[in-house]
Amino acid sequence: MSFQILVLAALDGIAYGALVFLVAVGMTLVFGVMRILNVAHGSFYALGAYAAASLGIAMAGMGLSPWLAFPMFIVAAAVVGITVGGLMERFLLQRIYGYEETLQLLVTFAVFMMLENVQRLVWGVQPYFYSDPLRQLGNVNVAGITYTAYQTLFLPIVALAVLIGLRWFLRYTLAGSVIVAVTEDREAATAIGINARRVFFLTFVIGVTLASLGGALASPTTSVLPGMGAEMIVLSFAVAATAGLGQIEGAAVAALMIGLGRSTAVFFAPELEVVMPYLIMVLVLLIRPEGLFGKSTARKI
Amino acid sequence: MKGKPILASLATAFALAVAQPALAQENIKIGITTFTSGAASVFGVPAQAAAQMIAEDLNAAGGIQGVQVQLFFVDEGAGAEALTTEVRRLVQDENVDVMMASISSGNCINLTPLMEDLEVLNILWDCGTQRIFEEMESTYNFRTQANATPEMMAALLYLLKTKPDFETIAVVNQDYAWGRDSWELFSAALKKLKPEVEVVAELFPRLGAPDFSAEISRLLATQPDVILSTSWGGDLDTFVQQASQRGLFNNSTFVLPLAESSIQRLGGVLPDGVIVGARGDHYFLHPETKDDEDMKAFVEKFRERTGAYPIYSVFHMAQAFAALQAAYDKAAEANGGDFPDRAQVIAAMEGLEFKGYGRPLTIREDNQALEAQLMGVSRTVEGYDFPIIDDMMIFDAEGIMAPPGQNSLEWIGTLDASFIETEASEYKHEE
Repeated sequence: MSFQILVLAALDGIAYGALVFLVAVGMTLVFGVMRILNVAHGSFYALGAYAAASLGIAMAGMGLSPWLAFPMFIVAAAVVGITVGGLMERFLLQRIYGYEETLQLLVTFAVFMMLENVQRLVWGVQPYFYSDPLRQLGNVNVAGITYTAYQTLFLPIVALAVLIGLRWFLRYTLAGSVIVAVTEDREAATAIGINARRVFFLTFVIGVTLASLGGALASPTTSVLPGMGAEMIVLSFAVAATAGLGQIEGAAVAALMIGLGRSTAVFFAPELEVVMPYLIMVLVLLIRPEGLFGKSTARKI
Repeated sequence: MKGKPILASLATAFALAVAQPALAQENIKIGITTFTSGAASVFGVPAQAAAQMIAEDLNAAGGIQGVQVQLFFVDEGAGAEALTTEVRRLVQDENVDVMMASISSGNCINLTPLMEDLEVLNILWDCGTQRIFEEMESTYNFRTQANATPEMMAALLYLLKTKPDFETIAVVNQDYAWGRDSWELFSAALKKLKPEVEVVAELFPRLGAPDFSAEISRLLATQPDVILSTSWGGDLDTFVQQASQRGLFNNSTFVLPLAESSIQRLGGVLPDGVIVGARGDHYFLHPETKDDEDMKAFVEKFRERTGAYPIYSVFHMAQAFAALQAAYDKAAEANGGDFPDRAQVIAAMEGLEFKGYGRPLTIREDNQALEAQLMGVSRTVEGYDFPIIDDMMIFDAEGIMAPPGQNSLEWIGTLDASFIETEASEYKHEE
């Protein structure tokens, strides 16, 4: 019985952690490169979910195969990331890179508020649910308990693919190396001819595209409704802080810890479920104030 | 989004068209608090549409006692502080004749003492907490629907009458006042009526939680005979979707006292045989009123306007307006046919009898309405793309709620097994 429960808690934790990682890694990346804490990150999660759900429902209405939903998720996420994210970076963030952090925080918070209302204007207040892809993948049976293959297999595989893909991109491609260079030392990178503005644009678009991909992939498992983005900001921030800001591998470990902590809590101490992510964050930061994978850096003058 | 006098121009237009000369009384101004943002707007937005529709109809028919009504909406989603400020503004600046507040029990608890201070009639049109009239005497606040106690008792009675042989129960409620309070009432009564039942899991996920996978895994592992959830809105939709996908409905009887408000969205995802309720006798196919002309017209008109069948919050709104109209009519009669003043209307609210689209209601001496409760099970039938409610039972209010002045939990403490025999009218779904 207790072994069964451990298996169950692990599976639920991995599934949840995978989704949290997909969203949080984008925020971590953006912060690592641009040093901007993007509060509007949660809105991209919500926009991705709304776009995927409404496209999915439209596709189902046209009688298209639910398998097409999987490529559609990527397209929907990319469209949201490139258009909304691109516009936001180009016309808003570019103007405020030179200003202090408080202002940057306020500006992204304002964007978050606006996008929240845009969602209500466009999609109304009734929840959407689009679960065809989840049903399409069917169920798997583990330790006598039925799980959806979508949550226990598909989401962790996608998360792993994103993690490996991002590592490969940052280490072995030119664009990736340029991003790393700007992260390490913006001034030096600019001095050797790297266009930091282009790097910022690229990073931001990748970051928010990951957030909306997280939203798109979450849409078959949950109700898409106003306010869903707010929760993700706090959770993403908890992951990013636990990980060490800017640490991609750290984000994966932190998301997994939060997922496992939460599911274990449901089995053994349900009252703690809600505070679990923050409890983990506090514990980690007490021991390692710079986060799990964070490096303590000398302050530049 | 706040306090827009949406109907102001319309009302004026009607007033001109009707052209009643030398009316001393200007419009009857009604302030309504409802959720137009946040998760609870699944109730608030349909109810707002209903209020607008009812006011238009009322004004087209000449208004209340010949006076046009004018609506002011306030968003409950803006937070308690903004809400209080806005309600105060409506009363003091707009000089509204009556407030209708609110959906959220927390907002009701905050606003009722304010309405006493401001000395303005307030109709508690949707909130469920049983504590309000049990903990305070009120002169200006009246509730035109039931409260959590009869709502939970009806759900429990239906379960005990139809599936008496269960040994274990689990609860998955939202982690806030309603989720906690409703379970307190339900479990206290269950302990009195069927003490041998074991509670195997008490889960209170966060309000607005996007994922219940771990909760469902635990429930699949423990296999309780009965699973209760008083959740609503997106939370309930998500829980039902995830539970149904993973086969949790196969082994456990679900009791979902608020599912009437989610059933149209859930469609075929909600399996047959789930016990559902509607916080009152609110159902567009109410077995006793569905063929009434006014009910049919109301349902049809609401569908035309919003594309959906009315849910319980819509019927609650209709009841609030029905009560208001009945109070003005009663007060006018007592006033020798002349238009009543505010004090006379408030006096008329005492013991008021009125009718929405369910059984007739009465306001008790503690300002709490007696409202019947409808429960049933989900059933898939031809003609609807979502399950209807079958094997219905309608409970009268008197037998299933605490008498005036008595605390609900104390009253539940006095119950014994004979309570299970509480009478109910039974109905089948008619094709």
